[in-house]
Amino acid sequence: MLEPASASDVRPPRRNRSAERLRRIDRIGDGLLYGICAFACLLAVVTLLLVAYESVNGASPAISKFGLGFLTSTTWQPNFGEFGAGSLIFGTAFSSFFALLLGAPIAIAIGLYLSELAPKGVRGIVSPLVEMLAAIPSVILGFWGILILAPFVHERIEPFLHDTLGFLPIFGEPQTTGASVFTASLILTIMIVPIIASISRDLFLAVPRELQDGASALGATRWEVVRGVVLPSTGSGVIAASLLGLGRALGEAIAVTQVIGAGSEIKASLFETGDTLAGRIANQFPGAITELHQASLFYCGLILLVIGLLSNLLAQRIGRRFAYAQGVK
Amino acid sequence: MAEIGAAGFDPTTPLSASGNLRRRQFVSRFTEAGATGAAVLAIAVLAILIYTVAARGAGALSWEFLTTGEPTGIGPALIGTAVIVAIATAIATPVGVLIAIYLTEFAGPRATRFMKATLDLTNGLPSIIIGLFIFGLLIKPLEKQMAFAASVALAVIQLPLIARGSLEVLLLVPGNLREASDALGVSRWRSVIGVILPSALGGIVTATVLAVARAAGETAPLIFASSVFDATKVGLNPFEALPNIPVTIFFLSEEGNPTGFTRAWGASLVLIAVILFASLGARALLSRNRERTSR
Repeated sequence: MLEPASASDVRPPRRNRSAERLRRIDRIGDGLLYGICAFACLLAVVTLLLVAYESVNGASPAISKFGLGFLTSTTWQPNFGEFGAGSLIFGTAFSSFFALLLGAPIAIAIGLYLSELAPKGVRGIVSPLVEMLAAIPSVILGFWGILILAPFVHERIEPFLHDTLGFLPIFGEPQTTGASVFTASLILTIMIVPIIASISRDLFLAVPRELQDGASALGATRWEVVRGVVLPSTGSGVIAASLLGLGRALGEAIAVTQVIGAGSEIKASLFETGDTLAGRIANQFPGAITELHQASLFYCGLILLVIGLLSNLLAQRIGRRFAYAQGVK
Repeated sequence: MAEIGAAGFDPTTPLSASGNLRRRQFVSRFTEAGATGAAVLAIAVLAILIYTVAARGAGALSWEFLTTGEPTGIGPALIGTAVIVAIATAIATPVGVLIAIYLTEFAGPRATRFMKATLDLTNGLPSIIIGLFIFGLLIKPLEKQMAFAASVALAVIQLPLIARGSLEVLLLVPGNLREASDALGVSRWRSVIGVILPSALGGIVTATVLAVARAAGETAPLIFASSVFDATKVGLNPFEALPNIPVTIFFLSEEGNPTGFTRAWGASLVLIAVILFASLGARALLSRNRERTSR
């Protein structure tokens, strides 16, 4: 940006006019490039703000009618104009946390396998395969979930868990079909494992080799190297990755609505039907005729947006602190 | 590795015989087996998924299935998806690349951090929220569904992917290329167009293809923007609702009709094949680029 000014000073006078023209074109070109680039950034920021605005705007009739009581009320009766998201919030938290509980250890183990154990050739094959799992569209995962996974879960896994761990209330009596919070959690697990696994693999690969070799030289076994060196230095990054996975699970609509069975009561058992905020929106929005029904679904979306943004910001904060600590070292 | 190091290099082998070492090695082996098992589990799930879709969808596939409309085929839906995703990509790619250029060429550290946070937040938005957004922004005021609105929604989903991907490759452009261009007195916009973008082109294409693969399977925004359509004939007008593959699969799966299921498996197979080929192709392109830049 600075060079044309000083360059033109030393040019011979006879080329002054064309140099002048060139400089003018370049000044316009630079300005134009800066302008459209800045405009593109502005567009991205405005879009994000508009997403928030539209959610609040669409939800405003429901907000003014139900207020914050919407969050705790569990009645959802479109015919009577009564709406409350209590059971949906419960269903969202229940299914997502269970998915995270199941998925995060598996994903971290995969990350460890890919970074510490797998030979280079195997890693080159397994890594893309795991990431391919993330590329499967959720609608196909949900379709597979109803027709293949749900019957299997219903006939095999649910009775087994009920018989062995039935004293825990979350493993209650299996219901008539496989559509349950449990099946939805399994689908969500399949979705979040590749996300957490690929981030944690990258984190583990970034741990300095010398530290690990040093621990090995002191006689540490492989597991002790992982526990003593790899995990402590990447812990917060792994937590951030899990939060990103959690955010994905909380917001997944299509696959969940296909397999969760659209129940609207709070039940302690995983094997009962339930529903989530996102699933309810996907399921009922096309048929929502009254303004209040639509607004209530928007309200569900707003809750989801707030939870999603918070978990994302938290993950970013942790991730940045982690990057900062890495940089200092 | 650790075991060899501990046992092989110590002539007095104080570590080898104690029961404690045996326990430690057992724990280590056990966790190694667990980690390997987790990887095998993930691949098994992928294999089962793809196998089921392929086995059940293959029966539905035929030339007629791919070219005719409802009730025998999914031709119009294929074309509709192509139109919607093409418009979305045409919107998202320039914006995404321009954001990446802004971040590498103009922005200071604070603006960079702010924009990266914005992109990450946009990337973290659940697609159902983007559907609600597009409903409030376009569908409700205009009182009709249209494919263009679906494209805008998909563009919002693609934007962070393309911007982040382009940013990564723009940062990889060798510094000496930039410096050489500056040393010749080339102005910023000329060196961006003539030097920086061409050397990052491969990576930008990769990011775009990955974003296309992601957008092609998104269902939630399309339920709001393009779900009431006539699937019997091909439509190309983006200002009408167009039939598309994800919504077709979604509705067929909710109907509970066996012949519908067969069609849905067939449509799923086509969609998965397109997406996996696109992401594999993008990956191959990426590794070729990596080799070239690292050399």
